[in-house]
Amino acid sequence: MSSRDLRGAAAIVGVAESDLGEVGQDRYAVELAAQAAGAALAEAGLTTRDVDGLFCAIAGRGMAPLDVGEYLGVRPRYTDGTMVGGSSFVSHLHHAALAIAAGACDVALIVYGSTARSDSGRGRLAMGPPELPSYEAAYRPRPPITGYALAAARHMHQYGTTRAHLAEVAVAARQWARLNPKAFARDPLTVEDVLAARVVSSPLSTLDCCLVTDGGGAVVVTSAARAADLPRPPVYLLGAGEAHWHRAISQMPDLTVTAATESSARAYAMAGLGPEDVDMVQLYDAFTINTILFLEDLGFCKKGEGGDFVSGGRIAPGGVLPVNTNGGGLSYCHPGMYGIFPLIEATRQIRGEAGERQQPGVSVAVAHGNGGQLSSQVTAILGGRDAL
Amino acid sequence: MTAPDREATATGPASHHETALTGSAPHREYLDRLAAGSVPFQTCDGCLTAVFPPRVICPACGATELRWSESSGLGAVYSTSVITPRDTDPYPVVLVDLDEGFRMMSTVVETPAADVPIGMRVRAHVDREGSSDPRVVFTAAEAAEGEEAS
Repeated sequence: MSSRDLRGAAAIVGVAESDLGEVGQDRYAVELAAQAAGAALAEAGLTTRDVDGLFCAIAGRGMAPLDVGEYLGVRPRYTDGTMVGGSSFVSHLHHAALAIAAGACDVALIVYGSTARSDSGRGRLAMGPPELPSYEAAYRPRPPITGYALAAARHMHQYGTTRAHLAEVAVAARQWARLNPKAFARDPLTVEDVLAARVVSSPLSTLDCCLVTDGGGAVVVTSAARAADLPRPPVYLLGAGEAHWHRAISQMPDLTVTAATESSARAYAMAGLGPEDVDMVQLYDAFTINTILFLEDLGFCKKGEGGDFVSGGRIAPGGVLPVNTNGGGLSYCHPGMYGIFPLIEATRQIRGEAGERQQPGVSVAVAHGNGGQLSSQVTAILGGRDAL
Repeated sequence: MTAPDREATATGPASHHETALTGSAPHREYLDRLAAGSVPFQTCDGCLTAVFPPRVICPACGATELRWSESSGLGAVYSTSVITPRDTDPYPVVLVDLDEGFRMMSTVVETPAADVPIGMRVRAHVDREGSSDPRVVFTAAEAAEGEEAS
Protein backbone atom coordinates (compact mmCIF):
# COMPACT_ATOMS: atom_id res chain seq x y z
CA MET A 1 0.00 0.00 0.00
CA SER A 2 1.45 3.35 -0.94
CA SER A 3 0.72 6.46 1.05
CA ARG A 4 -1.54 7.66 -1.77
CA ASP A 5 -3.77 4.62 -1.19
CA LEU A 6 -4.40 5.90 2.33
CA ARG A 7 -5.78 9.19 1.00
CA GLY A 8 -9.46 9.36 1.88
CA ALA A 9 -9.55 5.77 3.17
CA ALA A 10 -10.58 6.80 6.69
CA ALA A 11 -12.77 9.55 8.04
CA ILE A 12 -13.48 11.35 11.29
CA VAL A 13 -17.12 10.71 12.21
CA GLY A 14 -17.34 12.12 15.72
CA VAL A 15 -15.51 14.72 17.81
CA ALA A 16 -16.04 16.17 21.26
CA GLU A 17 -14.39 18.05 24.06
CA SER A 18 -14.91 17.20 27.71
CA ASP A 19 -15.54 19.90 30.28
CA LEU A 20 -12.72 22.42 29.88
CA GLY A 21 -11.12 25.06 32.05
CA GLU A 22 -10.94 24.11 35.73
CA VAL A 23 -12.85 21.01 36.78
CA GLY A 24 -11.81 20.82 40.44
CA GLN A 25 -9.64 18.53 42.49
CA ASP A 26 -12.10 15.62 42.64
CA ARG A 27 -11.87 15.05 38.89
CA TYR A 28 -9.32 12.87 37.08
CA ALA A 29 -7.78 12.85 33.62
CA VAL A 30 -9.33 9.52 32.67
CA GLU A 31 -12.79 10.84 33.61
CA LEU A 32 -12.41 13.74 31.24
CA ALA A 33 -11.17 11.41 28.53
CA ALA A 34 -14.19 9.18 29.09
CA GLN A 35 -16.60 12.11 29.08
CA ALA A 36 -15.22 13.25 25.72
CA ALA A 37 -15.29 9.69 24.37
CA GLY A 38 -18.96 9.28 25.25
CA ALA A 39 -19.89 12.53 23.55
CA ALA A 40 -17.84 11.87 20.41
CA LEU A 41 -19.27 8.37 20.02
CA ALA A 42 -22.82 9.67 20.51
CA GLU A 43 -22.24 12.27 17.81
CA ALA A 44 -21.00 9.49 15.53
CA GLY A 45 -24.09 7.36 16.18
CA LEU A 46 -21.87 4.73 17.84
CA THR A 47 -21.26 3.41 21.34
CA THR A 48 -18.30 2.08 23.28
CA ARG A 49 -19.43 -1.40 22.15
CA ASP A 50 -18.50 -0.47 18.57
CA VAL A 51 -14.93 0.58 19.43
CA ASP A 52 -12.31 -2.01 18.52
CA GLY A 53 -9.30 0.29 18.17
CA LEU A 54 -8.07 2.43 21.08
CA PHE A 55 -5.54 5.23 20.69
CA CYS A 56 -4.56 7.08 23.83
CA ALA A 57 -1.78 9.01 25.58
CA ILE A 58 -1.98 10.72 28.96
CA ALA A 59 0.99 12.52 30.52
CA GLY A 60 2.36 10.54 33.44
CA ARG A 61 0.25 7.46 32.65
CA GLY A 62 2.61 4.88 31.19
CA MET A 63 -0.27 2.51 30.41
CA ALA A 64 -2.92 5.05 29.47
CA PRO A 65 -4.69 2.77 26.95
CA LEU A 66 -5.19 0.20 29.72
CA ASP A 67 -6.57 2.82 32.10
CA VAL A 68 -8.97 4.17 29.50
CA GLY A 69 -9.89 0.75 28.09
CA GLU A 70 -10.89 -0.53 31.51
CA TYR A 71 -12.75 2.65 32.41
CA LEU A 72 -14.77 2.64 29.19
CA GLY A 73 -15.25 -1.13 29.10
CA VAL A 74 -13.65 -1.16 25.67
CA ARG A 75 -11.90 -4.40 24.68
CA PRO A 76 -9.88 -3.33 21.66
CA ARG A 77 -8.29 -5.68 19.18
CA TYR A 78 -5.87 -2.92 18.22
CA THR A 79 -4.19 -0.54 20.69
CA ASP A 80 -1.74 2.30 20.13
CA GLY A 81 -0.25 4.24 23.04
CA THR A 82 2.20 6.26 20.96
CA MET A 83 3.45 9.07 23.19
CA VAL A 84 5.18 11.83 21.25
CA GLY A 85 4.03 14.66 23.49
CA GLY A 86 1.34 17.00 22.27
CA SER A 87 1.56 15.70 18.72
CA SER A 88 0.47 12.22 19.84
CA PHE A 89 -3.15 12.58 18.78
CA VAL A 90 -2.44 13.68 15.23
CA SER A 91 -0.05 10.74 15.11
CA HIS A 92 -2.85 8.52 16.44
CA LEU A 93 -5.09 9.68 13.59
CA HIS A 94 -2.43 8.66 11.08
CA HIS A 95 -1.96 5.30 12.80
CA ALA A 96 -5.72 4.76 13.06
CA ALA A 97 -6.12 5.28 9.32
CA LEU A 98 -3.32 2.79 8.68
CA ALA A 99 -4.86 0.26 11.07
CA ILE A 100 -8.32 0.64 9.52
CA ALA A 101 -6.91 0.33 6.01
CA ALA A 102 -5.05 -2.83 7.06
CA GLY A 103 -8.17 -4.32 8.61
CA ALA A 104 -6.73 -4.27 12.12
CA CYS A 105 -9.74 -2.36 13.47
CA ASP A 106 -12.99 -0.83 12.24
CA VAL A 107 -13.85 1.90 14.74
CA ALA A 108 -10.93 3.79 16.24
CA LEU A 109 -11.32 5.96 19.33
CA ILE A 110 -8.61 8.57 19.89
CA VAL A 111 -8.97 9.99 23.35
CA TYR A 112 -7.23 12.32 25.79
CA GLY A 113 -7.77 13.91 29.18
CA SER A 114 -5.79 16.08 31.59
CA THR A 115 -6.35 17.90 34.85
CA ALA A 116 -3.20 19.99 34.43
CA ARG A 117 -4.77 23.09 35.97
CA SER A 118 -6.36 21.41 38.96
CA ASP A 119 -3.23 19.28 39.51
CA SER A 120 -1.14 22.36 40.21
CA GLY A 121 -3.00 22.77 43.50
CA ARG A 122 -2.71 19.23 44.80
CA GLY A 123 0.81 17.97 44.28
CA ARG A 124 -0.13 15.32 41.75
CA LEU A 125 2.85 16.20 39.61
CA ALA A 126 5.52 13.92 41.10
CA MET A 127 8.06 13.12 38.39
CA GLY A 128 9.24 9.61 37.69
CA PRO A 129 12.87 8.61 37.35
CA PRO A 130 14.73 10.21 34.44
CA GLU A 131 14.92 8.09 31.31
CA LEU A 132 18.47 9.36 30.71
CA PRO A 133 20.71 11.75 32.63
CA SER A 134 19.83 15.35 31.82
CA TYR A 135 22.55 17.49 30.31
CA GLU A 136 20.30 20.56 30.62
CA ALA A 137 18.77 20.54 34.11
CA ALA A 138 21.90 21.91 35.85
CA TYR A 139 21.37 25.22 34.03
CA ARG A 140 17.81 25.62 35.35
CA PRO A 141 15.89 26.22 32.14
CA ARG A 142 12.15 26.57 32.70
CA PRO A 143 10.83 23.64 30.71
CA PRO A 144 9.21 23.84 28.31
CA ILE A 145 9.18 27.65 28.03
CA THR A 146 12.95 28.10 27.76
CA GLY A 147 13.24 25.73 24.80
CA TYR A 148 10.76 27.81 22.82
CA ALA A 149 12.35 31.03 24.09
CA LEU A 150 15.73 29.92 22.72
CA ALA A 151 14.09 29.25 19.36
CA ALA A 152 12.39 32.64 19.42
CA ALA A 153 15.64 34.43 20.31
CA ARG A 154 17.43 32.71 17.46
CA HIS A 155 14.62 33.49 14.98
CA MET A 156 14.74 37.14 16.05
CA HIS A 157 18.53 37.20 15.65
CA GLN A 158 18.53 35.53 12.26
CA TYR A 159 15.45 37.08 10.62
CA GLY A 160 14.70 40.31 12.45
CA THR A 161 11.53 38.90 13.97
CA THR A 162 10.36 41.14 16.84
CA ARG A 163 8.48 40.72 20.09
CA ALA A 164 5.68 42.69 18.43
CA HIS A 165 5.46 39.96 15.76
CA LEU A 166 5.13 37.36 18.50
CA ALA A 167 2.49 39.50 20.21
CA GLU A 168 0.45 39.59 16.99
CA VAL A 169 0.07 35.80 17.29
CA ALA A 170 -1.34 36.08 20.82
CA VAL A 171 -3.70 38.89 19.79
CA ALA A 172 -5.03 36.95 16.78
CA ALA A 173 -5.63 33.89 18.96
CA ARG A 174 -7.52 36.02 21.47
CA GLN A 175 -9.68 37.57 18.76
CA TRP A 176 -10.71 34.07 17.66
CA ALA A 177 -11.30 33.03 21.28
CA ARG A 178 -13.71 35.92 21.69
CA LEU A 179 -15.88 34.15 19.09
CA ASN A 180 -15.72 30.80 20.94
CA PRO A 181 -17.98 30.48 24.01
CA LYS A 182 -15.87 27.53 25.24
CA ALA A 183 -12.62 29.52 25.25
CA PHE A 184 -10.94 30.07 28.62
CA ALA A 185 -9.48 33.55 27.97
CA ARG A 186 -11.88 35.93 26.21
CA ASP A 187 -10.96 39.39 27.51
CA PRO A 188 -9.75 41.91 24.91
CA LEU A 189 -5.99 41.76 24.31
CA THR A 190 -3.67 44.17 22.50
CA VAL A 191 -0.10 43.96 21.24
CA GLU A 192 0.78 46.50 23.94
CA ASP A 193 -0.66 44.20 26.62
CA VAL A 194 1.55 41.33 25.46
CA LEU A 195 4.65 43.52 25.28
CA ALA A 196 3.97 44.86 28.79
CA ALA A 197 3.46 41.42 30.38
CA ARG A 198 6.11 39.97 32.68
CA VAL A 199 8.95 38.31 30.77
CA VAL A 200 9.40 34.77 32.05
CA SER A 201 12.15 33.43 29.80
CA SER A 202 13.23 36.09 27.34
CA PRO A 203 11.93 36.96 24.83
CA LEU A 204 8.71 35.25 25.93
CA SER A 205 6.30 36.90 28.38
CA THR A 206 3.45 35.28 30.27
CA LEU A 207 1.14 36.26 27.40
CA ASP A 208 3.39 34.51 24.85
CA CYS A 209 2.70 31.24 26.71
CA CYS A 210 -0.22 28.89 26.40
CA LEU A 211 -2.86 28.51 29.06
CA VAL A 212 -2.76 25.79 31.68
CA THR A 213 -6.27 24.33 31.81
CA ASP A 214 -8.02 21.05 32.42
CA GLY A 215 -9.73 19.28 29.57
CA GLY A 216 -10.07 16.27 27.34
CA GLY A 217 -11.05 15.44 23.83
CA ALA A 218 -12.03 12.52 21.64
CA VAL A 219 -12.06 11.75 17.93
CA VAL A 220 -13.82 8.75 16.37
CA VAL A 221 -12.42 7.40 13.11
CA THR A 222 -13.71 4.69 10.79
CA SER A 223 -13.44 3.58 7.17
CA ALA A 224 -14.78 5.86 4.46
CA ALA A 225 -17.29 3.15 3.55
CA ARG A 226 -18.72 2.89 7.06
CA ALA A 227 -18.56 6.66 7.53
CA ALA A 228 -21.03 7.10 4.70
CA ASP A 229 -23.74 5.40 6.79
CA LEU A 230 -23.19 7.50 9.93
CA PRO A 231 -25.10 10.68 10.87
CA ARG A 232 -22.47 13.41 10.53
CA PRO A 233 -20.76 14.46 7.29
CA PRO A 234 -17.47 12.49 7.14
CA VAL A 235 -14.24 14.47 7.39
CA TYR A 236 -11.65 12.52 5.45
CA LEU A 237 -7.97 12.14 6.24
CA LEU A 238 -6.43 13.23 2.95
CA GLY A 239 -2.82 13.28 4.03
CA ALA A 240 -0.64 12.67 7.07
CA GLY A 241 3.05 12.92 7.79
CA GLU A 242 5.26 12.55 10.84
CA ALA A 243 8.83 13.56 11.71
CA HIS A 244 11.03 14.08 14.73
CA TRP A 245 14.70 14.94 14.91
CA HIS A 246 15.48 15.54 18.59
CA ARG A 247 14.02 15.60 22.05
CA ALA A 248 16.19 18.00 24.10
CA ILE A 249 16.24 21.54 22.73
CA SER A 250 20.06 21.56 22.90
CA GLN A 251 20.02 18.75 20.33
CA MET A 252 17.80 20.58 17.79
CA PRO A 253 20.07 21.15 14.80
CA ASP A 254 18.70 24.56 13.71
CA LEU A 255 16.37 26.27 16.15
CA THR A 256 14.62 28.12 13.32
CA VAL A 257 13.69 25.04 11.25
CA THR A 258 11.41 22.34 12.68
CA ALA A 259 10.70 18.80 11.53
CA ALA A 260 7.34 20.17 10.35
CA THR A 261 9.16 20.81 7.08
CA GLU A 262 9.30 17.02 6.62
CA SER A 263 5.99 16.07 8.22
CA SER A 264 4.10 18.56 6.06
CA ALA A 265 5.91 17.50 2.87
CA ARG A 266 4.83 13.91 3.57
CA ALA A 267 1.25 14.98 4.26
CA TYR A 268 1.01 17.16 1.16
CA ALA A 269 2.46 14.35 -0.97
CA MET A 270 -0.16 11.89 0.28
CA ALA A 271 -2.98 14.39 -0.22
CA GLY A 272 -1.77 15.56 -3.61
CA LEU A 273 -2.27 19.07 -2.31
CA GLY A 274 -0.10 22.03 -1.37
CA PRO A 275 -0.43 24.97 0.99
CA GLU A 276 -2.19 26.95 -1.74
CA ASP A 277 -5.10 24.46 -1.51
CA VAL A 278 -5.54 24.87 2.25
CA ASP A 279 -8.45 26.98 3.54
CA MET A 280 -7.41 27.14 7.19
CA VAL A 281 -4.78 25.97 9.65
CA GLN A 282 -5.22 24.57 13.15
CA LEU A 283 -1.75 24.28 14.70
CA TYR A 284 -0.23 23.65 18.09
CA ASP A 285 0.49 27.10 19.52
CA ALA A 286 2.05 26.28 22.87
CA PHE A 287 3.97 29.55 22.53
CA THR A 288 3.65 32.45 20.11
CA ILE A 289 6.85 31.48 18.27
CA ASN A 290 5.23 28.15 17.32
CA THR A 291 2.71 29.78 15.03
CA ILE A 292 5.44 31.69 13.19
CA LEU A 293 7.72 28.65 12.86
CA PHE A 294 4.95 26.30 11.75
CA LEU A 295 3.39 28.67 9.21
CA GLU A 296 6.85 28.87 7.64
CA ASP A 297 7.55 25.15 7.86
CA LEU A 298 4.07 24.19 6.60
CA GLY A 299 4.78 26.30 3.52
CA PHE A 300 2.47 29.28 4.02
CA CYS A 301 5.35 31.74 3.81
CA LYS A 302 9.10 31.61 3.32
CA LYS A 303 11.52 30.88 6.16
CA GLY A 304 12.08 34.07 8.12
CA GLU A 305 8.94 35.80 6.86
CA GLY A 306 6.57 34.41 9.50
CA GLY A 307 6.67 37.59 11.60
CA ASP A 308 5.33 39.73 8.78
CA PHE A 309 2.93 36.97 7.73
CA VAL A 310 1.09 36.99 11.07
CA SER A 311 1.01 40.79 11.44
CA GLY A 312 -1.79 43.24 10.80
CA GLY A 313 -4.52 40.75 11.60
CA ARG A 314 -3.66 38.47 8.68
CA ILE A 315 -4.31 35.28 10.70
CA ALA A 316 -7.07 36.82 12.85
CA PRO A 317 -10.81 36.88 12.06
CA GLY A 318 -11.20 38.57 8.67
CA GLY A 319 -7.57 37.89 7.72
CA VAL A 320 -6.16 36.12 4.67
CA LEU A 321 -5.54 32.77 6.41
CA PRO A 322 -7.66 31.72 9.38
CA VAL A 323 -5.32 30.14 11.98
CA ASN A 324 -6.53 28.52 15.21
CA THR A 325 -10.13 29.57 14.86
CA ASN A 326 -10.98 28.14 18.30
CA GLY A 327 -8.52 30.50 20.02
CA GLY A 328 -5.74 27.90 20.19
CA GLY A 329 -3.66 26.82 23.14
CA LEU A 330 -3.00 30.50 23.82
CA SER A 331 -6.62 31.46 24.55
CA TYR A 332 -9.04 28.50 24.19
CA CYS A 333 -7.60 25.64 26.23
CA HIS A 334 -4.30 23.89 26.87
CA PRO A 335 -4.65 20.89 29.14
CA GLY A 336 -1.08 19.58 29.26
CA MET A 337 -1.13 18.45 25.65
CA TYR A 338 -3.20 20.32 23.05
CA GLY A 339 -2.84 18.11 19.97
CA ILE A 340 -6.35 16.60 19.89
CA PHE A 341 -8.04 20.00 19.73
CA PRO A 342 -6.74 21.02 16.27
CA LEU A 343 -8.40 17.85 14.95
CA ILE A 344 -11.69 18.71 16.68
CA GLU A 345 -11.74 22.29 15.43
CA ALA A 346 -10.75 21.39 11.85
CA THR A 347 -13.53 18.78 11.77
CA ARG A 348 -16.14 21.26 12.98
CA GLN A 349 -15.05 23.92 10.50
CA ILE A 350 -15.16 21.48 7.58
CA ARG A 351 -18.63 20.34 8.66
CA GLY A 352 -19.76 23.97 8.98
CA GLU A 353 -20.61 23.57 12.67
CA ALA A 354 -18.33 26.15 14.27
CA GLY A 355 -20.93 28.73 15.23
CA GLU A 356 -19.98 32.39 15.29
CA ARG A 357 -16.40 31.61 14.25
CA GLN A 358 -17.41 29.42 11.30
CA GLN A 359 -15.48 30.30 8.15
CA PRO A 360 -17.26 30.09 4.78
CA GLY A 361 -16.59 27.18 2.44
CA VAL A 362 -13.91 25.26 4.35
CA SER A 363 -12.96 22.38 2.09
CA VAL A 364 -9.41 21.58 3.23
CA ALA A 365 -7.87 22.22 6.65
CA VAL A 366 -4.45 21.45 8.08
CA ALA A 367 -4.27 20.16 11.65
CA HIS A 368 -0.69 20.22 12.93
CA GLY A 369 0.60 18.75 16.17
CA ASN A 370 3.82 19.56 18.03
CA GLY A 371 5.37 17.52 20.83
CA GLY A 372 8.28 17.84 23.22
CA GLN A 373 10.25 21.02 22.65
CA LEU A 374 9.66 21.63 18.94
CA SER A 375 10.55 17.93 18.71
CA SER A 376 7.82 15.71 17.26
CA GLN A 377 5.88 17.22 14.35
CA VAL A 378 2.80 15.57 12.86
CA THR A 379 0.73 17.07 10.07
CA ALA A 380 -2.75 15.96 9.00
CA ILE A 381 -4.69 17.31 6.04
CA LEU A 382 -8.44 16.95 6.44
CA GLY A 383 -11.19 17.58 3.94
CA GLY A 384 -14.86 17.21 3.27
CA ARG A 385 -16.48 15.16 0.51
CA ASP A 386 -15.78 17.85 -2.08
CA ALA A 387 -12.05 17.56 -1.39
CA LEU A 388 -11.88 13.80 -2.02
CA MET B 1 30.74 -3.31 37.12
CA THR B 2 33.61 -2.76 39.56
CA ALA B 3 36.53 -2.63 37.14
CA PRO B 4 35.48 -1.06 33.85
CA ASP B 5 37.71 -2.11 30.98
CA ARG B 6 38.46 1.14 29.19
CA GLU B 7 40.01 -0.67 26.25
CA ALA B 8 36.88 -2.62 25.50
CA THR B 9 34.78 -1.53 22.56
CA ALA B 10 31.07 -1.98 22.04
CA THR B 11 31.54 -4.44 19.22
CA GLY B 12 32.45 -7.62 21.06
CA PRO B 13 30.28 -10.71 20.94
CA ALA B 14 27.32 -10.60 23.28
CA SER B 15 26.45 -13.48 25.55
CA HIS B 16 24.45 -14.01 28.70
CA HIS B 17 27.49 -13.09 30.75
CA GLU B 18 29.09 -10.39 28.66
CA THR B 19 26.98 -7.76 26.95
CA ALA B 20 28.16 -5.30 24.34
CA LEU B 21 28.14 -2.59 27.01
CA THR B 22 31.50 -3.59 28.48
CA GLY B 23 33.10 -0.14 28.29
CA SER B 24 32.76 2.35 31.10
CA ALA B 25 29.29 3.83 31.46
CA PRO B 26 29.23 7.03 29.38
CA HIS B 27 27.63 9.26 31.99
CA ARG B 28 30.01 8.00 34.71
CA GLU B 29 33.00 8.59 32.45
CA TYR B 30 31.70 12.07 31.61
CA LEU B 31 31.32 13.03 35.27
CA ASP B 32 34.73 11.63 36.20
CA ARG B 33 36.44 13.57 33.42
CA LEU B 34 34.47 16.69 34.32
CA ALA B 35 35.49 16.36 37.97
CA ALA B 36 39.11 16.24 36.80
CA GLY B 37 38.64 19.63 35.15
CA SER B 38 38.21 18.60 31.53
CA VAL B 39 35.33 19.56 29.19
CA PRO B 40 34.70 16.11 27.75
CA PHE B 41 32.95 15.02 24.59
CA GLN B 42 33.20 12.00 22.31
CA THR B 43 34.48 11.66 18.78
CA CYS B 44 33.24 8.94 16.45
CA ASP B 45 36.07 6.75 15.19
CA GLY B 46 34.03 6.04 12.05
CA CYS B 47 32.96 9.47 10.78
CA LEU B 48 34.85 11.85 13.13
CA THR B 49 31.59 13.52 14.24
CA ALA B 50 31.79 15.28 17.61
CA VAL B 51 29.23 13.57 19.85
CA PHE B 52 27.51 15.14 22.86
CA PRO B 53 25.79 14.20 25.16
CA PRO B 54 27.79 11.00 25.70
CA ARG B 55 26.32 7.76 24.37
CA VAL B 56 27.24 4.28 23.13
CA ILE B 57 26.52 4.78 19.41
CA CYS B 58 27.28 7.55 16.94
CA PRO B 59 24.07 9.45 16.05
CA ALA B 60 25.57 10.44 12.70
CA CYS B 61 26.72 7.08 11.30
CA GLY B 62 25.78 4.37 13.78
CA ALA B 63 29.34 3.31 14.56
CA THR B 64 29.78 1.98 18.08
CA GLU B 65 33.39 3.01 18.66
CA LEU B 66 33.47 6.43 20.29
CA ARG B 67 36.65 7.99 21.62
CA TRP B 68 36.73 10.45 24.53
CA SER B 69 38.14 13.85 23.64
CA GLU B 70 38.83 17.03 25.56
CA SER B 71 37.35 20.27 24.29
CA SER B 72 39.34 23.50 24.12
CA GLY B 73 36.33 24.97 25.91
CA LEU B 74 36.05 27.76 23.36
CA GLY B 75 32.83 28.43 21.54
CA ALA B 76 30.11 30.89 20.61
CA VAL B 77 26.62 31.52 21.96
CA TYR B 78 24.07 30.07 19.51
CA SER B 79 21.01 31.26 21.41
CA THR B 80 20.17 32.68 24.80
CA SER B 81 17.18 33.18 27.07
CA VAL B 82 17.23 35.15 30.29
CA ILE B 83 15.14 33.58 33.03
CA THR B 84 13.64 36.09 35.44
CA PRO B 85 12.47 34.27 38.57
CA ARG B 86 10.31 36.21 41.00
CA ASP B 87 12.60 35.54 43.96
CA THR B 88 16.19 35.44 42.64
CA ASP B 89 18.42 37.28 40.19
CA PRO B 90 17.95 36.81 36.45
CA TYR B 91 20.27 34.30 34.80
CA PRO B 92 20.94 33.35 31.19
CA VAL B 93 20.35 29.89 29.78
CA VAL B 94 22.45 29.56 26.65
CA LEU B 95 23.19 27.10 23.90
CA VAL B 96 26.89 27.16 23.09
CA ASP B 97 28.41 25.84 19.87
CA LEU B 98 31.86 24.55 20.86
CA ASP B 99 34.58 24.99 18.28
CA GLU B 100 34.98 21.20 18.01
CA GLY B 101 31.47 21.00 16.53
CA PHE B 102 29.12 20.03 19.33
CA ARG B 103 26.45 22.03 21.13
CA MET B 104 25.52 22.12 24.79
CA MET B 105 23.16 23.95 27.09
CA SER B 106 24.92 26.01 29.72
CA THR B 107 25.02 29.42 31.36
CA VAL B 108 27.35 32.43 31.21
CA VAL B 109 28.66 33.71 34.54
CA GLU B 110 30.44 36.91 35.58
CA THR B 111 28.53 38.91 32.94
CA PRO B 112 25.09 40.51 33.50
CA ALA B 113 22.42 38.18 32.12
CA ALA B 114 21.13 40.78 29.66
CA ASP B 115 24.65 41.33 28.23
CA VAL B 116 25.07 37.90 26.66
CA PRO B 117 24.31 38.33 22.95
CA ILE B 118 24.01 35.59 20.36
CA GLY B 119 27.41 35.19 18.70
CA MET B 120 29.38 36.11 21.85
CA ARG B 121 32.66 34.19 22.17
CA VAL B 122 32.84 32.24 25.41
CA ARG B 123 35.28 30.02 27.30
CA ALA B 124 34.33 27.01 29.42
CA HIS B 125 35.10 26.42 33.06
CA VAL B 126 34.19 23.47 35.22
CA ASP B 127 32.01 24.65 38.10
CA ARG B 128 32.58 22.37 41.08
CA GLU B 129 31.00 24.74 43.61
CA GLY B 130 27.43 23.54 43.38
CA SER B 131 25.84 20.99 45.67
CA SER B 132 25.25 18.54 42.81
CA ASP B 133 27.52 17.13 40.09
CA PRO B 134 30.18 19.40 38.54
CA ARG B 135 28.95 21.32 35.49
CA VAL B 136 30.40 23.28 32.59
CA VAL B 137 29.77 27.03 32.70
CA PHE B 138 31.10 29.76 30.45
CA THR B 139 32.60 33.24 30.80
CA ALA B 140 33.15 35.86 28.14
CA ALA B 141 36.26 35.04 26.11
CA GLU B 142 38.75 37.72 25.19
CA ALA B 143 38.26 38.68 21.55
CA ALA B 144 41.82 37.63 20.70
CA GLU B 145 41.38 34.25 22.26
CA GLY B 146 38.16 33.73 20.32
CA GLU B 147 39.81 34.69 17.04
CA GLU B 148 42.75 32.40 17.64
CA ALA B 149 40.42 29.52 18.17
CA SER B 150 38.21 30.13 15.14
